[in-house]
Amino acid sequence: MLADVTLAVMWAGLTCYALFGGADFGAGFWDLLAGRDRRGLPQRRLIEHSIGPVWEANHVWLIFVIVLLWAGFSPVFAAVLSTLYIPLTLAALGIIARGAAFAFRKASTELWQQRLFGACFALSSVVTPFFLGTVAGGVASGRVPPGIAAGDTLTSWVNPTSLLGGALSVLTCAHLAAVYLCADAAREEDAALVSGFRRRAMLSGLLSGLVALAGIAVLDHDAPLLFHGLTHRALALVVVSGVAGVLGLVLLAARRFVPARAAAALAVATILWAWGAAQYPAMLVPGVTVSDAASVDSVLTACLIALGVGFLILIPSLWLLYATFQRKPSPVGNRTR
Amino acid sequence: MSIAAGASPGGLSAARAQMGFSLAWHIVVACLGVGLPLLTLMAEWYGIRTGNPAHRLLARHWARAMGVLFAVGAVSGTILSFELGLLWPGLMGRFGQVIGLPFALEGIAFFVEAIFLGIYLYAWDRMPPRRHLLMGVPIVVAGVASAFFVVCANAWMNQPRGYTLRRGKVVDVDPWAAMLNPAGPPETVHMILAALMVASFLTASVYAVALLRGRNDTYHRVGFLIPFVSGAVVTPFQLVVGDWAARFLADYQPMKLAGIEGVYRTGSHVPLTLLGFAEDERLRYGLEVPSGLSLLVGYRPGTVVRGLREVPRDQWPPVTGMHLAFDTMVGVGCFLLAMGLWLLLGAWWRRRNGGELLTMRGSRVFLLLAAVSGPAAVVALECGWCVTELGRQPWIVWGVMRVSDAVNPAPGLMAGLWTVLVVYAAMTTATVYVLRRMTRDRPVPIAPQESDVEDYSVV
Repeated sequence: MLADVTLAVMWAGLTCYALFGGADFGAGFWDLLAGRDRRGLPQRRLIEHSIGPVWEANHVWLIFVIVLLWAGFSPVFAAVLSTLYIPLTLAALGIIARGAAFAFRKASTELWQQRLFGACFALSSVVTPFFLGTVAGGVASGRVPPGIAAGDTLTSWVNPTSLLGGALSVLTCAHLAAVYLCADAAREEDAALVSGFRRRAMLSGLLSGLVALAGIAVLDHDAPLLFHGLTHRALALVVVSGVAGVLGLVLLAARRFVPARAAAALAVATILWAWGAAQYPAMLVPGVTVSDAASVDSVLTACLIALGVGFLILIPSLWLLYATFQRKPSPVGNRTR
Repeated sequence: MSIAAGASPGGLSAARAQMGFSLAWHIVVACLGVGLPLLTLMAEWYGIRTGNPAHRLLARHWARAMGVLFAVGAVSGTILSFELGLLWPGLMGRFGQVIGLPFALEGIAFFVEAIFLGIYLYAWDRMPPRRHLLMGVPIVVAGVASAFFVVCANAWMNQPRGYTLRRGKVVDVDPWAAMLNPAGPPETVHMILAALMVASFLTASVYAVALLRGRNDTYHRVGFLIPFVSGAVVTPFQLVVGDWAARFLADYQPMKLAGIEGVYRTGSHVPLTLLGFAEDERLRYGLEVPSGLSLLVGYRPGTVVRGLREVPRDQWPPVTGMHLAFDTMVGVGCFLLAMGLWLLLGAWWRRRNGGELLTMRGSRVFLLLAAVSGPAAVVALECGWCVTELGRQPWIVWGVMRVSDAVNPAPGLMAGLWTVLVVYAAMTTATVYVLRRMTRDRPVPIAPQESDVEDYSVV
């Protein structure tokens, strides 16, 4: 019971990371494709404007998930990290390059520096979710056995399900970012930017859908247990995800950007939940269940209480953060002219 | 413990090097992340109180540096949480749950820090000055708290508590007892003060250099004095806490103390050796203070200090490295204390005789030494950390699990080490470059909203 609650909290954290951190990665994706200096400038400016104040807070969800995984399910943490050592190292390096370069670009004044750091930021924004996606694919297709470094260090992440996971992760991040940026651009009342991101949002949404459809065949062939779960127990969630995806595209077409955000977020979140539901109660497919891997109750209780109290502080703080920057700036106070 | 049967010695060295390197890197940035917000808030508070634009401009500048440093600190810290699993799955698989709680709490503290940092850095234009200042307070509190929690986890590796091992399996975990272990108080306080010192003296160094270059104006003088004075205030406390930490070792980890001081044979009237190399089970070429260590540990020359020979030789930590690192740390601490006293003396002299502090006779030498104090504080920090970590060798969990039993046996750790080294080299170069540019450039907005920075004239 406690183990399930911990898992649910962790999964909620993962969802937040996918929705908020994922959108930041996606923003980097569009930064990469924004075009040369002058042409890409308005887009880059909007991207920087949108993710600047929030990306660090969004990034913390990842730490939240990692810490809960090791505190709540230490053997699974050890098995996953030791077997999937290569893609996780590459994702970690991507996280370094991305966060540092974003801060450096913001602090640079010369064009060549902004270009260099910008390229670094954008490239690692694409690479990192890809590797995280391959990790998810490796776990979901049951390629991580229990024990330390017990799985194959290569085929555990170079396989059809992992590649599907990587591709889907990059595409959904890009889609989320584009949809979010539509609404931001609309608030800035920049028609050219709005139509640009709207086109990108629809394109990436369609591509995500197509890849997800193609993924059905891949999973049927490569990860039969996951496929069975997705087509049986988790079917409702899969359907919701599809419907939300289509609805999001319709809303985008109708230029209803704020509800489109919600629909896109729901589509992505339900994919994650469908994965969880399809695999449950196995944590490492097929043998290790949630209750097998869970820490003793005293640890789970302590962590849950700590997080519960923590969230009493965090939720108003997060609300303050997003509320402060979702409004148009009103020039108050701190100017000394 | 056969889990790591496949680990090669090369892999173990690579893992240790990678962990050591990324920790040594992170620890400097993390210290700045704890200390710099406090300095920035002080400058901003003075600015609001006195209306002096130099203070407010300083606050702006430090906030920009804070933004860059927090970003690299956040990512290099994230890497560490990955590395705990990537490199030490043996530790995490067995004991991850025991030390999970402090990390969960650290996660919350870090979250709070990131949220308010976002607000603080970007909301200068969006809220009145006092409210903006208030937004900085959680950054400082959360920074100190996360340092506390993380060091609590490290302290557990020195004083493992709060669990029972039954047939190799961890049962009966009391996470609060694990977190609040006896090594926690001295280690955490020592670390937090070190963070304040490093941030203070490093920041002061930058302005000492500017003053030496003749940029002697209010802006640079205040930029020097705020951090230098706060560093000087912290230093005496740090020496007291350091002494507490050392005497803690005598009680709880005597072999670590024996390693630090090169004590091989248990006995009384143990001398304190300054510098020297370990050779033939004694410290050679050092300066001996008769009965010094016994006096320091127990205030009596007859105090018995336990020696390394009490444990098998394969459990000895590397003596020379620890001993020299420890002496360097203490030496730098004394140097920093002397610098603080010098400033105090200068202030007293100025009060009596008038004249401008920092332009008096002898102040060039002072500023020169003050410029060295920042890097020196970093050296002391790294040395202190070396003492803590080397002193725990060969254990990853003191007396319970060896480092070699915790390492990931997967192949390719060496390649991982090289990749990490290259990435960190690039990140170091870029960080230093960007920070250096910041000190030279006219203020430019960190974010589009910070349009009014241009309105300040450089004083």
